[in-house]
Amino acid sequence: MNIVACIKRVPMTETQAKVTADGQSLDTSGVEYMTSFYDEIAVEEAVKTKEKLGGEVTVLTIGPSDATKQIRECLAKGSDKGIILTDDAWALRDCRSTAKALAAKVQELGGEVVFAGRQATDRDNASVGPMLATYLGWACVTDVIELELEADKGVAKRESEAGVETYEFSLPAVITCQKDLNEPRYAGLKGIMAAKKKPVEEVPAAEEASQAEVVRVELPPARKEGRVVGEGPDAVEALMTALQTEAKVL
Amino acid sequence: MTTVVAYVDQDGGTPRPAGLEALGAAHATGAETVAIVAGLGAADAAATLGGNGAARVVVLTGTETYSPDRLSADIAGVVRAESAQAFVTSSTSLGRDVAPRVAAHLDSTLFSDCTSFSLDGETFTMVRPWMAGKLIATLKSTAPVCCVTLRRNNFQPVETDGTAAVSETAASADMLALLKEIGAAAGGKLDVSDAPVVVSGGRGLKDADGFKIIEQLADAFGNAAIGASRAVVDAGWRPHAEQVGQTGKTVSPQLYIAVGISGAIQHLAGMKTSKVIVAINKDADAPIFKVADYGIVGDAFEVVPKLAEAIKAAVAAS
Repeated sequence: MNIVACIKRVPMTETQAKVTADGQSLDTSGVEYMTSFYDEIAVEEAVKTKEKLGGEVTVLTIGPSDATKQIRECLAKGSDKGIILTDDAWALRDCRSTAKALAAKVQELGGEVVFAGRQATDRDNASVGPMLATYLGWACVTDVIELELEADKGVAKRESEAGVETYEFSLPAVITCQKDLNEPRYAGLKGIMAAKKKPVEEVPAAEEASQAEVVRVELPPARKEGRVVGEGPDAVEALMTALQTEAKVL
Repeated sequence: MTTVVAYVDQDGGTPRPAGLEALGAAHATGAETVAIVAGLGAADAAATLGGNGAARVVVLTGTETYSPDRLSADIAGVVRAESAQAFVTSSTSLGRDVAPRVAAHLDSTLFSDCTSFSLDGETFTMVRPWMAGKLIATLKSTAPVCCVTLRRNNFQPVETDGTAAVSETAASADMLALLKEIGAAAGGKLDVSDAPVVVSGGRGLKDADGFKIIEQLADAFGNAAIGASRAVVDAGWRPHAEQVGQTGKTVSPQLYIAVGISGAIQHLAGMKTSKVIVAINKDADAPIFKVADYGIVGDAFEVVPKLAEAIKAAVAAS
């Protein structure tokens, strides 16, 4: 099976966000990057699918050449090759332009199933996967926590407010991955060595104007200073008084 | 005339609160508001929406079976037929699933999980969190159709005294993915993103058993959901559905009670917009106290049961 895993290079979740002087974006000085948390689950599911059904896993991303580091990490965990659609202004892309560029590449690769994280942990759009599927005219199940794939169809479960929903779909399809789907493996030394020899291709991403114009980016308003109402169980009374008469939330 | 189409989620003839929030937000822009309803009972729900801001309602018929790709294509069809300038729905699991596809059908981008949605002249402006709320972005749409999902609990339903004209549109036939069944939610409890009160526990509870006091406190409220820190979800004490933070859910309840949670930056990002935050932790230097409105320094196993009793008494008295 021709399997594609889409990943995004995002700031580490530990990042303390600062705003650039022009008030237009995240100040990236000193920021370190990682593969978005949910995308690691997507890569794991792609490799598990290859192990079950055979085929090849391509890791696909849009970003700067520096994303090679994240691609290699994925290759060390069992993926076969990497492609970076290079765009130095990747942080300015909206979900539409990202989905369209990925769709064109997936089509060119002849992908049969695409795995992506449910959302990237920088913009939290949770949109690129289902948009990509729509541009391709494919089935898509989002936030998947359980998956059974066969050569031409699959059954996926996703969590909603109503409960656990079970979907049947035919391939090709895009699956966006939620945390409970699997436990990503660690890269062994052998995998890390092998990854160095695996091909990573860089091609410029198709340009597409963003439809989301940034007016400003700011830090959230600081919460007003709170107070410790007391120590130990004796403080419960003071807390209840505060919640009832001051905060009025009870 | 500007037209905004709102998809209003409904359940067996009753609009869901999240659906009414979306309709209220559309109405609040001052634009003409067209509601779409689908599924079993859609016609009954449609009849009520004139009272919640809809000028017109479109019922998608033949939608007893559910397919997210079909619903998306049909919503996009209505948006086109109405020549609407914007499409909104709530950021529920259905909204997050369907709205991106609607946007792609309209070759427009999506503004997800917005906390503000406004129209000035012909320009739609949205505010939405980045990095789980570490940054707040204000964005203007230049898309052909401004497609938006709205964060829960941030928009008010409206009451209007109009009667909306209801029309029907037949759903299309093509379905790529089909919903076969819905199993019970884990525990059948309130979802952490919806609940007005969230009681969250962290590593300070020592083990999975320690969460019994969290469950007792949540039960005392009657309307509380249980949340968890990443550490305890990773340890397997609680399901991921309860995780609050950058790799879990972002919540903004009326009251958030953090028990035995130190307050890592990823956790704070997920709950900092709660109206009132209470922290209970034995470490007086824990970062959670920096964002808490009220704190108690002490042993959770001593403080929480007593708090549960007090809450129970207060709820019974109200």
